[in-house]
Amino acid sequence: MARPDARPDARHAAESRLAAAPAGGGAWLRAAREAARERLLAMGLPGRRDEYWRYTDPADLTSAEAPAAAPPRAADGAEPFAAAEPLRLVFVDGLFDPAASDPPELAGVQIERLAEAAPRDLHWARDLFGAIEARGQTPVPRPLAALNTALAADGLLLRVSGRAERPVALVRRQAAEGSDVMLHHCIRIEPGAELTLLESGPGGARTTDVLEVDVGDGGRFHHVRLQGRDHGGRVAAHLFARVGAAAQLRAFTLTADGPLTRNEAYVELAGAGGLAHLAGAALGDGAFHHDDTVVLRHIAPGCESRQVFKKVLKNGAAGVFQGKIHVLAQAQKTDGYQIAQALLLDEASQFLAKPELEIYADDVKCSHGSTVGAIDPVALYYLRSRGVPRARAEALLVQAFLAEAVDEIADPTLAEDIRARLEAWVARHSG
Amino acid sequence: MLEIRNLHVELEDGGTPILKGVNLAVKGGEVHAIMGPNGSGKSTLSYVLSGRDGYVVTQGSATLDGADLLAMAPEERAAAGLFLAFQYPVEIPGVGNMTFLRTALNAQRKARGEAEVSAADFLKLVRAKAKALAIDAEMLRRPVNVGFSGGEKKRNEILQMAVLEPKLCILDETDSGLDVDAMKLVADGVNALRDAGRGFVVITHYQRLLDHIRPDIVHIMADGRIVRTGGPELALEVESNGYAGILAEVA
Ligand SMILES: Nc1ncnc2c1ncn2[C@@H]1O[C@H](COP(=O)(O)OP(=O)(O)O)[C@@H](O)[C@H]1O
Ligand SMILES: [Mg+2]
Repeated sequence: MARPDARPDARHAAESRLAAAPAGGGAWLRAAREAARERLLAMGLPGRRDEYWRYTDPADLTSAEAPAAAPPRAADGAEPFAAAEPLRLVFVDGLFDPAASDPPELAGVQIERLAEAAPRDLHWARDLFGAIEARGQTPVPRPLAALNTALAADGLLLRVSGRAERPVALVRRQAAEGSDVMLHHCIRIEPGAELTLLESGPGGARTTDVLEVDVGDGGRFHHVRLQGRDHGGRVAAHLFARVGAAAQLRAFTLTADGPLTRNEAYVELAGAGGLAHLAGAALGDGAFHHDDTVVLRHIAPGCESRQVFKKVLKNGAAGVFQGKIHVLAQAQKTDGYQIAQALLLDEASQFLAKPELEIYADDVKCSHGSTVGAIDPVALYYLRSRGVPRARAEALLVQAFLAEAVDEIADPTLAEDIRARLEAWVARHSG
Repeated sequence: MLEIRNLHVELEDGGTPILKGVNLAVKGGEVHAIMGPNGSGKSTLSYVLSGRDGYVVTQGSATLDGADLLAMAPEERAAAGLFLAFQYPVEIPGVGNMTFLRTALNAQRKARGEAEVSAADFLKLVRAKAKALAIDAEMLRRPVNVGFSGGEKKRNEILQMAVLEPKLCILDETDSGLDVDAMKLVADGVNALRDAGRGFVVITHYQRLLDHIRPDIVHIMADGRIVRTGGPELALEVESNGYAGILAEVA
């Protein structure tokens, strides 16, 4: 698990970041924070020499102060996901903004904030907070997640006991140039319950987030996340999830722009017949570094997992994919699929992929692939020969490239919202 | 309408000459057939006219209604009224056939300063044309040419031609790989478009297609040149004797 031999400098850096730990906290939280602190000290903060940080420089994510970033210009068009009419919970620079938020009342969903629940002695989130994060430290260490568990003072605690009639939207906004945001969210989907969580952001000059989700047997969790656009924020976002028997998790992220985004995911399929689909579309032009680091762990038999990650890169943008399908010995009849692809719109851009399979069961179906390519010149000519102008033809082909990822969004309204954003990004960055 | 004068083309890579002085004039209302052995440059001619990369024009000219085709981008040639039904239609995963067709039609209309066609009108238009070509709704929903049989791809080319209503249609071996019924559908599709203002260049090896689409003029191409031009009887001569006799005569 945690590396006992953290380099002295990495440990020292961790100690100094931990000095900012929030005081107090009820018994349920103190224990989890203390354990996270120990985990982090054993690992140290990440450095370039760590196996899973070779392609992504963590310096801006580990530095004492968040590198300054101007808040994004007001976005054009509709607010993200408005058509889905979600219940909106707004955080500005990581601080809850009740005036901008909807009343936190939704049938079937108990909505609380970590900051409110923290002083209590007992809380339902006790078994969840920091627990999946701790299990998710192997085989890929995630020190920034442990840092978050130790330090985060706020976030959402959602307990879903029925089928939520509206999605919950976590709306993040940035106001200050140096905001260093750290939110920790816990979601428990009880057996048979269902929730859609929509996230938009990033909402800080630097964001180090953790979302822990436990999807009970037969439950469903949909997650659609929008990172961007035209922002200067650095992001390390973590999804940790446990998926129970016959339960489903479907997560999609659109990342548009941003100098540094590290999206980590650890999902365990813990009950028979579970399903986990993780998808991402990343769009970068110029100063853009985007990293997906994913572990899909099949613990129970007969589960299905899909990882579909696509990146469109131009003008020196960089993409990284590190993805693992980890199948334990008892997880027979596993169906695992992983594809990571980059479309490079010029020769200055690059994509680094590290797909991994680690399989201990013998009766499984697992496939993975990774490709890097340019726009197909023959397809481009064919479209143009029918009268489609070059820029429009390129846009169609870029959207076609991303389609497999976007198709993972089950809800047509949300998929349409994402498609429109993709299309607009491609149009803004064509030529 | 189409005027090709002394067209010389070589490959961009390596400079191999492929077309060595092609002359061809097609008037509105005419159907020209081009026949000739494999490798004689028929597809190259159609690609150069439609603006594919990889070829260099070293001499000569090609104009459509007086406009210099060779100076235009491929999409401008399409908007000017040129259409090539590909010998090998291209598969485009992820782009729906309907989206593709509607984008193409409206882009051409926009380039010509015409109003765009509404979604509802477009649907009506395509359904009618597709029905005549026995193209079902399922095929229209699929990505462009993906998973289509050879015959379906060729019919899809003719559907595009029917929707785009170009001035000059070039069909490059649209009949190869078609069974008799599909060939009849394709020929009917072409014949439905024949009118005084529209010209056709039909590249084929077979009289079969020309039984359905009666050409006015038949050309034989060999080694990058048109070596013989005649009436429909020239195609019959090829049908019974092959190219050998004709080529020996001109050599
Ligand atoms: N892009 C290309 N690269 C290499 N050779 C080519 C290319 N295009 C055409 N050729 C060559 O040019 C000649 C003519 O080809 P083509 O125009 O396809 O003939 P046809 O259609 O009459 O069979 C052939 O020798 C072919 O190999
Ligand atoms: Mg050919």
